[in-house]
Amino acid sequence: MFYRESGQYKTSYRADQAIFTIPQDRVFFALLMLAAFVGIPLVATNYIYTALLIPFLCLALAALGLNILTGYCGQLSLGTSAFMGVGAVAAWNLATRVPDLNILVVFALAGLVTAAVGMFFGLPSLRIKGFYLAVATLAAQFFLPWLFVKISWFTNHAASGVITAPQLTLFGWSIDTPMEKYLFALGVVTLLALAAKNLVRSNPGRQWMAIRDMDIAAEIIGIRPVVAKLTAFAVSSFFIGIAGALYLFVYLGSAEPDGFTITMSFQVLFMIIIGGLGSILGSFLGAFFILLVPIFLTRVPPMLGFDLSTALVSHLEFMVFGALIVIFLIVEPHGLARLWQITKEKLRIWPFPY
Amino acid sequence: MTIAQKKIGPTLLKVDNISLSFGGVKALTDISFEIREHEILAIIGPNGAGKSSMLNCINGFYHPQQGTITFRGEARKQMRPHEAASHGIARTFQNIALFKGMSTLDNIMTGRLLKMKAGLLSSAIYKGPAEREQIQHREYCEKIIDFLEIQAIRKVPVGRLPYGLQKRVELARALAAEPTLLLLDEPMAGMNLEEKQDMCRFILDVNDEFGTTICLIEHDMGVVMDISDRVVVLDYGRKIGDGAPEDVKNNQAVIDAYLGVQH
Repeated sequence: MFYRESGQYKTSYRADQAIFTIPQDRVFFALLMLAAFVGIPLVATNYIYTALLIPFLCLALAALGLNILTGYCGQLSLGTSAFMGVGAVAAWNLATRVPDLNILVVFALAGLVTAAVGMFFGLPSLRIKGFYLAVATLAAQFFLPWLFVKISWFTNHAASGVITAPQLTLFGWSIDTPMEKYLFALGVVTLLALAAKNLVRSNPGRQWMAIRDMDIAAEIIGIRPVVAKLTAFAVSSFFIGIAGALYLFVYLGSAEPDGFTITMSFQVLFMIIIGGLGSILGSFLGAFFILLVPIFLTRVPPMLGFDLSTALVSHLEFMVFGALIVIFLIVEPHGLARLWQITKEKLRIWPFPY
Repeated sequence: MTIAQKKIGPTLLKVDNISLSFGGVKALTDISFEIREHEILAIIGPNGAGKSSMLNCINGFYHPQQGTITFRGEARKQMRPHEAASHGIARTFQNIALFKGMSTLDNIMTGRLLKMKAGLLSSAIYKGPAEREQIQHREYCEKIIDFLEIQAIRKVPVGRLPYGLQKRVELARALAAEPTLLLLDEPMAGMNLEEKQDMCRFILDVNDEFGTTICLIEHDMGVVMDISDRVVVLDYGRKIGDGAPEDVKNNQAVIDAYLGVQH
């Protein structure tokens, strides 16, 4: 009833190629952004920022990065967490060794360093595909955290091996409270998500998707697989690197470089599977879902009067996750993003379906 | 049809003594022929004659052990497929090779990637040069969409389209690159009569309006005799006939290859 396209004529290619072609979508998105930037800071508590919103933003950005590589370019990777580690360590080194550097420059450079590392570990993709490539990226997952511990230069020879993020300052604005950190992360993630959306709807995205769907045909059209795959690795790692830097600077505060374990790589992979492969929106939905389930499981049963032990809750979490992933793979392989799309298609003819 | 009025130009592509073998299997033996500008050349032959292998050699997918291919006066021994594409050779496949997860429009726009320049940074910013480029090339792709009458399926993911339309989208994607030479591998396989007639019309129109040289493989002899200017016949990896359709039809070696010989 409210979500209708009839009568909305596009008269230029520009209008037809916009991100949101329908005014209802534009209004909805504007409201969502208003809620994120203004509404949430008015109501949210510190607990919500630190337990849900800030990790959500960091991991959504990592999921976005992995989605570019796996969802759009079809290259399976299990090294996400290690690349986040590269981003975090690079940003930390830049920020502590060059203290005057603007934090945005630090993040961008950390992203570029991660992109270079990602391209290096993406080289096997030129020869191998699928699960074999996933195993090759595992090398990064085991090698990189080991390297950060082994060579103490990366942690500035700290005896404990712990890196602690310096004070965040952006153009004189010192970012201290969880709310300020949330707003900073939100700004960074919004900008990068927009860039990602632009990339996937123009030339680079089409190259990646062509390689994903039919690499032989892509090559015959004139796409060079080497270029397409390595740019996918670079862009994906750039996003993941910045996600890692955010994760350290905004969420954790201090971390051990070998704390970026394979568990987190899998977590991010589950996010894009549940959220939707090959969808920008899906990366966010998946990250939100994966972070919300444990909070839901710890908070809701006590409210209903069930007194579950913490051990049981953490076991339940594994079981629920396992079941959900199996269910999603069977029922809706395209994830939450696809469900959202189906809802919109149903809404077009609601309440008079024919 | 007024084939006689068509301007057939000089040689566009020349194949010289091409031999290709996979291990002990000789797929092609000592094949030579030429494709002239603006003509429609059909390659025919029984199954396994080496027709598809021949196309794969021309667009750099296979590398023949012997012989050279001269395209626009430039001889080459080996070439990667993307190099062939940038030289203006486009092709379609026998079993459709579309990007199934992308819409019809995106497939056609992908076919035009070689003409587009926007890199990572300007694409990420999008506003400005990248957007202008997208719109400019969209206009050309829309021309092809109109030409092939696929306006209604512009935004549909090609995986959901019926077979006949997928074949048409694949032709559209090949045309988007504005090729000089278009290689069609069985463009009418598995189609009914109406779809075949449509496809014939499109091929003739492409040849006529865009001036594209076409080299096609086809099994339907009616179609081949009707639309092609010249026919090359392969059998067991060897060339057994080459000439105008009427000559080839009466060539004893060709008749033997198709109908069998009494030993």
